[in-house]
Amino acid sequence: MNTIELSLIIAAGSLLAGFLGALTGLGGGVVIVPMLTLAFGIDIRYAIGASLISVIATSSGAAAAYVKEGYSNIRVGMFLEIATTAGALTGTAIALHLPLRVIAVIFGVVLMYSAYLSWRQEDHAPAIQQPDRFAKLLRLHGAYPAANGLQHYQVQGVPLGFGLMYLAGMLSGMLGIGSGAVKVLAMDKAMKLPFKVSTTTSNFMIGVTAAASAGIYLNRGYIDPALAMPVMLGVLAGSLAGARVLAGAPVRTLRLIFSIVIALLGVEMIFNGLKGRI
Amino acid sequence: MAGWTDQRVENFMGNLLRIGVSAAAIVVLVSGGAYLVRHGQQPPGYRVFAGEPKELTHVPGIVSEALVLHSRGLIQFGLLMLIATPVARVVFSVIAFGMQRDWTYVAITLIVLGLLCFSLAGR
Repeated sequence: MNTIELSLIIAAGSLLAGFLGALTGLGGGVVIVPMLTLAFGIDIRYAIGASLISVIATSSGAAAAYVKEGYSNIRVGMFLEIATTAGALTGTAIALHLPLRVIAVIFGVVLMYSAYLSWRQEDHAPAIQQPDRFAKLLRLHGAYPAANGLQHYQVQGVPLGFGLMYLAGMLSGMLGIGSGAVKVLAMDKAMKLPFKVSTTTSNFMIGVTAAASAGIYLNRGYIDPALAMPVMLGVLAGSLAGARVLAGAPVRTLRLIFSIVIALLGVEMIFNGLKGRI
Repeated sequence: MAGWTDQRVENFMGNLLRIGVSAAAIVVLVSGGAYLVRHGQQPPGYRVFAGEPKELTHVPGIVSEALVLHSRGLIQFGLLMLIATPVARVVFSVIAFGMQRDWTYVAITLIVLGLLCFSLAGR
């Protein structure tokens, strides 16, 4: 296969991944690396580099809309970005020294965990609570537009949330993914942010986190322009389209199917990693 | 400062992100097209890891490759614009928090910016 053919097929696969990722809210970045390595036999280092690039593109594109609508909490995002960027630098430093098969196995575990999380996702409306000491000090409280006017909220569990964010950043740097699942977990469960605020603020932070890892990988020669091009353009176009058809699509069914695909890719990544075929 | 309300900061940030991503995507699309026209018939070079040539791994090298219109250098320049977009957003945040005289957050944002610069500077 020559470069044109392979580029077109990769662009089509990335388009589908971005489309399903945006439509189901699971993010497309998480399936890019398994797709490139398992289906196209591309070295996992180049795959991680290309995936990171696509993550920056989609998260910055989506964040542009959310920020204007007033859902994202910029103070919470800025503060937690210290944790995610520090985590990303740690994650890349670790990844540069880990055997590739170990990275593949960790990737598989994260895929299966993301699939599991998407099965048991519940929306909840947290009651108005007291902020914790750090939230007060850092003025993390906020408000977001809802059907019945501006909803005010307080923030709790800042130290735990900060720790989980460091972990999310590490995984992002190590695997070239956005780690949206872990980020939402930290803000949703630990810090008790409203669902809409935690998803959009997470998105807001992913671009900066991925940029921190991308700098290191660029210097190490992991980012190949010819591969990153179709991946970035495909995922970006797919996610823009996916965000548009949100209304009326059979999201529940698609979400179920996509999460099963993610889980299966996880099994295959672990299997290949253990077999040393990565 | 009264002029820089949170709302105005959010609007400016949104525009900054949108313009950055669009501009990067256009550069990557155009130079990627040129690359495929010129080198599309060759076998892909990224199946087996060899690392990128040195000039495509750091900012000055990428800029000079793009200036002489090498298509791989141009694509890499577009990717660099993309990586720079969230960094520009952080730089703008430092300025915006400064305008609001919110020194705690100026400090927080500067830490993030420092970590990003450390990453991009390489060794």
